[in-house]
Amino acid sequence: MSRQQTKNANEPAITPDLVAQHGLKPDEYERILKLIGREPSFTELGIFSAMWNEHCSYKSSRIHLRGLPTKAPWVIQGPGENAGVIDIGDGLAVVFKMESHNHPSYIEPYQGATTGVGGILRDVFTMGARPIACHNALSFGAPDHPRTRSIVSGVVAGIGGYGNSFGVPTVGGQVRFHTRYDGNCLVNAMAVGLAEADKIFYAAASGVGMPIVYLGSKTGRDGIHGATMASAEFGEDAEEKRPTVQVGDPFAEKLLLEACLEIMANDCVIAIQDMGAAGLTCSAVEMGAKGDLGVELDLDSVPCREEGMSAYEMMLSESQERMLMVLRPEKEKEAEAIFRKWGLDFAIVGRTTPTLRFVVKHGGDVMADLPIKELGDEAPLYDRPSVPSSPRPVIGPADINPPMSNAEALETLLATPDLCSRRWVWEQYDHVIGGNTVQRPGGDAAVVRVLDGPKGLALTADVTPRYCEADPYEGGKQAVAEAWRNITAVGGTPLALTDNLNFGNPERPEIMGQFIGCLRGIGDACRTLDFPVVSGNVSLYNETNGRGILPTPTIGGVGLLDDFTRSATLAFKSDNECILLIGETAGWLGQSLYLRDICGREDGAPPPVDLAAEKRNGDFVRALILDGTAKAVHDVSDGGLAVAVAEMAMASGIGATLDTPHPGVPAHAFWFGEDQARYVVTVPAAAVRDILARAEAAGIHAARIGVTGGRAVMLADERPMAIDKLAAKFEGWFPAYMQEPAAEA
Amino acid sequence: MKAAILLFPGLNRERDMARALRLVSGNDATIVWHAETALPAGTDLVVVPGGFSYGDYLRCGAIAARAPVMEAVRSHAAKGGLVLGVCNGFQILCEAGLLPGVLMRNQNRRFICRDVYLRVERADTPFTQGYRRRQTIRVPVAHGEGNYIADGETVARLEGEGRVLFRYCDPDGLIDPNWNHNGAMNAIAGILNESGNVLGMMPHPENHVEEIMGCTDGRGLFEGLADHLKRAA
Repeated sequence: MSRQQTKNANEPAITPDLVAQHGLKPDEYERILKLIGREPSFTELGIFSAMWNEHCSYKSSRIHLRGLPTKAPWVIQGPGENAGVIDIGDGLAVVFKMESHNHPSYIEPYQGATTGVGGILRDVFTMGARPIACHNALSFGAPDHPRTRSIVSGVVAGIGGYGNSFGVPTVGGQVRFHTRYDGNCLVNAMAVGLAEADKIFYAAASGVGMPIVYLGSKTGRDGIHGATMASAEFGEDAEEKRPTVQVGDPFAEKLLLEACLEIMANDCVIAIQDMGAAGLTCSAVEMGAKGDLGVELDLDSVPCREEGMSAYEMMLSESQERMLMVLRPEKEKEAEAIFRKWGLDFAIVGRTTPTLRFVVKHGGDVMADLPIKELGDEAPLYDRPSVPSSPRPVIGPADINPPMSNAEALETLLATPDLCSRRWVWEQYDHVIGGNTVQRPGGDAAVVRVLDGPKGLALTADVTPRYCEADPYEGGKQAVAEAWRNITAVGGTPLALTDNLNFGNPERPEIMGQFIGCLRGIGDACRTLDFPVVSGNVSLYNETNGRGILPTPTIGGVGLLDDFTRSATLAFKSDNECILLIGETAGWLGQSLYLRDICGREDGAPPPVDLAAEKRNGDFVRALILDGTAKAVHDVSDGGLAVAVAEMAMASGIGATLDTPHPGVPAHAFWFGEDQARYVVTVPAAAVRDILARAEAAGIHAARIGVTGGRAVMLADERPMAIDKLAAKFEGWFPAYMQEPAAEA
Repeated sequence: MKAAILLFPGLNRERDMARALRLVSGNDATIVWHAETALPAGTDLVVVPGGFSYGDYLRCGAIAARAPVMEAVRSHAAKGGLVLGVCNGFQILCEAGLLPGVLMRNQNRRFICRDVYLRVERADTPFTQGYRRRQTIRVPVAHGEGNYIADGETVARLEGEGRVLFRYCDPDGLIDPNWNHNGAMNAIAGILNESGNVLGMMPHPENHVEEIMGCTDGRGLFEGLADHLKRAA
């Protein structure tokens, strides 16, 4: 095979040190030498480091991801493209994905979060969808850790700052605090878009000699090696990595969105790929490799923000708000006019070739000449050693002595960092823009109207990392089950999910054990619940000084409502409605927030997840919602039954009186146990007998546990707790922590 | 109603506004690009919607205020034509000199999106004839810079001439600093120009026009406008 010379006098010599600085292990470098039969040039070394880092190659996770179910009749596109695509009928498709931006957000919280949102929005509109909602899941360090407050402040402002300006509602989000995120926060951003089902755009190029067009913002020196940074753990030098964080420009992205959708509507586009991690390198290689074509880039044509950028810098820059496209040649002028109208850069930077090689030219020199398919396909693949997590002891309800009254415990729990109101957070997100937000943040799942209705989408993001740490398999199941349950609790039919898998260093067998265990749990839950994975992202090396985060496989779920006006909310609707508890209560306190925040023990096995019961109970509740019997619905999760009922009361201002706990379950375990597959549902008194009979016939545990009314919450024989006092505690923690007066509820 | 909705790069509530106008009037508004130099013939209402024109990287609205289309808006207003600016639109109208004062960063220096209560101070204007005087309405805000400020003389004139049209208040219509989320002077949420044909306001009535939004209190503004324009036609 003939090969052009790729030596350049200005590039440094390749030394073992330089290879190591690129995050490539000696055996990986050997693999490169074998693959190309010579020493790589500096630019080529950079390209390999970009393509073969953990972030882009999934080299530690790929073999395990294969076990996830990704298919269903309604799945149009599963994992492997910019985002997943599902069919929701009426010729419409929903395009969605969740992605992490953890490392940058720790180093530079505002910019890290903005670019996380920007990246995921691009993934969605690259496929031809107009984004209609954003969601997220955030994990912060312990509240008393010196950096936590400023990270919370910056990340929340950044998520809001990007979405608000771009013009998409951020309709919900998960927020948690735990000391294991002290040195490594997690920012998982999800975007959801709407497209015509027969107008989805993909990355695969087709046709030889087609112009490759660069669109969007100019290329600068920001974010060089961002993906490599995201593939290593942090040490004491985390702060010094600030220059690898990119800067987001939501205004540029808004223009890029409008311009892209306009040229797509005008049928100008053959293939399109956004420049995300590893920028120009990753996008150009993917377009060529997926289309079985070579790509030749001429970097002299790349719009640059700075003078004298080298080929190496241009190929590795992660400047934001950029796209690569293959255009229909006859539409070139039309497309250019549209981009000029929106004030965006437009440059032809290359062509597709029949050679299957990735050639990069700059200043007349060939800076890289590599086999295009092998850059992706031949990336290292590791089946890393793993050890399963050791099982934790099961803690029986009677093993725990309540240290305070149940009323006091409820008041205390509602004011803890993990259970208190997130109003301080979501009020910084424009959650009403678009005029389609049917259910705002604060409920089980957000509900967004589709076009002018009547269809609606239910969106949620869930995971309980302390369960995953204690038992990865059950924790993985629980994350999926809770997302499924939250969609169900608003009346939605769960359709598909995106997974954002955040773990520590995969080179440690116990971390791989967590990863494999969680994935097995996720896979089993997806199969039983008919809830396939259509997109996702893996973020490993979330460690600081050798201490990993809690395993955090965030599940972003999407469900469909045929008629959004029939969706259920958690607020009680009126006095004298009967409160039913659907699902079995054993009083499971292991890994509960009661055990942790009231008894000071983060301990025990997490609640097991009976997937068949999840399905049975959920389908039963959804039917009650759709036939109009259920008036208020809330899933029971963190904090247990008492917290769920208190949230329903606070959302409505209507109180509740609850009966004596089930016989055989100690009161504290009944009120605060975190048994799974449970819902609180209110129904008219007249409907109770029939519902309980139907539940019994279907093998579903259901019981009448109380009645709504009054202005207080009463847990059987405990003292009454006035709703406004509970609400003051619930609303108070976050603003007090962030040192602001509490907002009026 | 023959409404024109201006579109500057970076605005993002033009669709919400178009939907609200269509809902009450049955007519589609025309979207007018910032580079245009004339409004469509017969335009009787110009709307400057919300968003982040040009990213709002300079002072909010400062660049948009100098766009070509603003000349046409100025002459439309000078002839007595109605102009409504919401959120970024309000900021743009202030920067363009069509309204006095300026919108500063919210007192807590954070973006705030929540439902607020407004007291309608007058019902005898084209913008508020769909409401009762002193009616309290609930509409969402979504802004980082909505803290209205002007010099003492300007504010005294606004108050003296009855040009404060909306004020932040509590659910019972009482003015209370706890319910003035952005710290605006005199709890000012919306003001009129001297001739009463240009309104700028921070809250988003267009996001409370259908049951699904949780409230329809914003409809009154658009219904009042539609009714006024129908009678004027």
